[in-house]
Amino acid sequence: MGQLYAVEIVYRGIFQKTLAKNISRAIVLAAHREGKPGISFGRYGDSPERNGIPAKSFAIVATDEQTLEEGMAKYEPKEVDVTICVDDTLCKGVESWAWYGLQPINRLLKPGGTLVVTSKEEPPVLIGMIHQKDVPYRLAIVKGTPSFSGLWVYKDDHTDVRLLGTLSKVLPDLFSLMSLQEVIKEEWDDPVKASSALRAYERVNPVVVPPGQGNAETPYQFTLPKWTEMPEGIAIPAIPLGHAMKDGGNGHSGGFRPERNPTFKKYTTRTMRPVVDFDLCVKCTLCWLQCPDSCFDVTPDGLYDAAMEACCGCGVCEAVCPEAGCITMVNETRFQDNASQWQAWRKDPQEYKRWVRETIADRPDRSHGFRYRGQYQEQLPEMLTIAREG
Amino acid sequence: MAHATATKVEETKGADKTALITGSEAIAVACKLADVDVITAYPIRPYDTVMQYVAKLVANGEMDCEYIVAEAEHSQFEIVKHASAVGARVFTGSSGVGWMHAFEALTVTPALRIPMVAMVGNRALDDPGAFGVEHNDALAVRDLGWQLVWVDSAQEALDTALIAYRVAEDKRVFLPCAISCDGAFLTHSQALVRIPAQEKVRAFLPPYDRAKLLLHPDNPITVAPQANEDWVMEIRRQNHEAMERAVKVIGEAYADFERTFGRSYGNPFFEEYETADADVVLVGMGTVSTPIKVGIRELRKEGKKVGFVRVRWFRPFAADELAATLSRFRAVGVVDRDFSFGSPYRSGVLATEIRAAMYPSAKRPPVLGFIGGLGGREVTVPDVRRMTESTLLAAEGKAQPPTQWIGLRE
Repeated sequence: MGQLYAVEIVYRGIFQKTLAKNISRAIVLAAHREGKPGISFGRYGDSPERNGIPAKSFAIVATDEQTLEEGMAKYEPKEVDVTICVDDTLCKGVESWAWYGLQPINRLLKPGGTLVVTSKEEPPVLIGMIHQKDVPYRLAIVKGTPSFSGLWVYKDDHTDVRLLGTLSKVLPDLFSLMSLQEVIKEEWDDPVKASSALRAYERVNPVVVPPGQGNAETPYQFTLPKWTEMPEGIAIPAIPLGHAMKDGGNGHSGGFRPERNPTFKKYTTRTMRPVVDFDLCVKCTLCWLQCPDSCFDVTPDGLYDAAMEACCGCGVCEAVCPEAGCITMVNETRFQDNASQWQAWRKDPQEYKRWVRETIADRPDRSHGFRYRGQYQEQLPEMLTIAREG
Repeated sequence: MAHATATKVEETKGADKTALITGSEAIAVACKLADVDVITAYPIRPYDTVMQYVAKLVANGEMDCEYIVAEAEHSQFEIVKHASAVGARVFTGSSGVGWMHAFEALTVTPALRIPMVAMVGNRALDDPGAFGVEHNDALAVRDLGWQLVWVDSAQEALDTALIAYRVAEDKRVFLPCAISCDGAFLTHSQALVRIPAQEKVRAFLPPYDRAKLLLHPDNPITVAPQANEDWVMEIRRQNHEAMERAVKVIGEAYADFERTFGRSYGNPFFEEYETADADVVLVGMGTVSTPIKVGIRELRKEGKKVGFVRVRWFRPFAADELAATLSRFRAVGVVDRDFSFGSPYRSGVLATEIRAAMYPSAKRPPVLGFIGGLGGREVTVPDVRRMTESTLLAAEGKAQPPTQWIGLRE
């Protein structure tokens, strides 16, 4: 048997679907220039047409056809040489629409494999988000705001070729920079893109992440029931109604916490989360009413606390809140846990206020989706400058 | 007040009555006796004879139900599907391309474990537009989880409709059941039918209880969510087990039917006619039984030991029992009022199923396929003679074509 190579591209629907496809296609085309056959495909169980939903594309390459067939016999590779993550908030894990529980971003990486992430953050921030692995692996960061190059109209910020240039450096056996340059010439015929790939190749500087380093949380998981354990008639019992909340501080009961889906969580569907300044809240109920995921718990004192197991980070609460600065959406890379903000505020209002100010003031750029028409055009020159100059 | 001109069925108190009604009307009477809650209708021949008769029963105040005329068959089947989900006993039906127009609704009904009872007035599929009987319409759902039963008389249509509710609504089953009635021969011919007393029907058929699957605010459930490959196999397996359980439940229902009404159908799954000493048999479904039985009587006068096996329940298919029975004979001729283009031996659907069922038998007589009566063409007694004679030749070891078209101009 010859050598088999597998690369996965983890992305968010819908705006990164074309980006992921371009990368996995170019991998196969570049390897093919060196006589290696390969295939490129998107995981069918995903739902990449849904905004923000984590999804995957794969490129499988081999040194010969028979070895490739061995790789293709497993629909989804069980291990990969490189994981490319085009949105750094996915470092917290992947909960695809296909409902497999929370999968660590580095789950499929072989020992010594490389995780390539597009991010403006430094390695310690990302490693703090990534689940621990019991074998060493490498982390390579391609600097930049996660690309939202679009589905139908591809707004080219060179993220594709920068990642491909990086790949030719971290896994040179897959394809050389020269083969990549040939593919770039044939596919895009753009010397600037070729130079972006070259610069990424030159700049990449992976760090080794030793075993046991990173997020210590046990990834959320569940067991699928047997056919004899499932209700018949494709019927699912409803989630029960909620109940009053208890204030651990003064023992008061009140408010309302809805029961939530015990199986389907939204810890990583989110790229940003609401940060609530409870001192500014006028209790107008609008966030609670408008939240499409019923993520707000009504606290015994009549405030609204976003439960992180249910928040998908859409930002509707911020948009409808009438009080300036009361709800602010902040990039997920800013957070290391999913704890209740209201409980932190109840515990120490002064400290909480300081935390809110600090969190909002130096919040990272929002990575996910468009907040207003033309936002991407504003980001594009910056991204191209980063591609050129680093 | 004007009285709709339905054949008047006296309110039965204790005693059975006899009425001269068609097979379709017999099913409508069964709907009344079963106190069906919701009926949907959309006209197409020959099924429309049922909806017309039910409409008359409702108009005359003899029957109380929601009677909804849908805008087409797809809605017709969807409406009763939903009504059944909220706990209503339902009835509907169609024919030919009307049944096919409902196809998407037909696929979801067994998957959601809806005990719908439907009448298929068997009709050739267009094109050409034709009214006459062919079984390809009902057979099109044979792989989808529908229970399928064929009847050959108005009496059997009425009785089987009552049995169908009993089986479909059994919690161990909860699967829809389609009763196939041959267009014209059964749907449009009046025969004397014994109509059982309401009390007996009440004793035989308990009220429909949707139990844990009841869609109701007091029992909040989500039905029919989207599911990926992690769930679909388990769901299919559940439906398979329900169909398996139906075999036993059908047996129980026929036994109870005999106890309650004092009439028996013998083996629920198939009828045997003159098979005790037969060398060869013909096998068929529906009203083709009449010319076959007459033909067999003629042939027996000539000393030919021939018999007939009429398959009632096509799903669930009584494969083991049929194989055991048919392997007693020296040759088997299957009469299909349907055709399966490009199928093994280019035969009809029933012949393919019979061959498959018999494959594991230690004794495998030759199985011939006959295609006859398509589009409502009459299967004549001389046709029966030709088919039987060919089957007798096969029994003597003389090679016969695996599939023969009978009554074709050539």
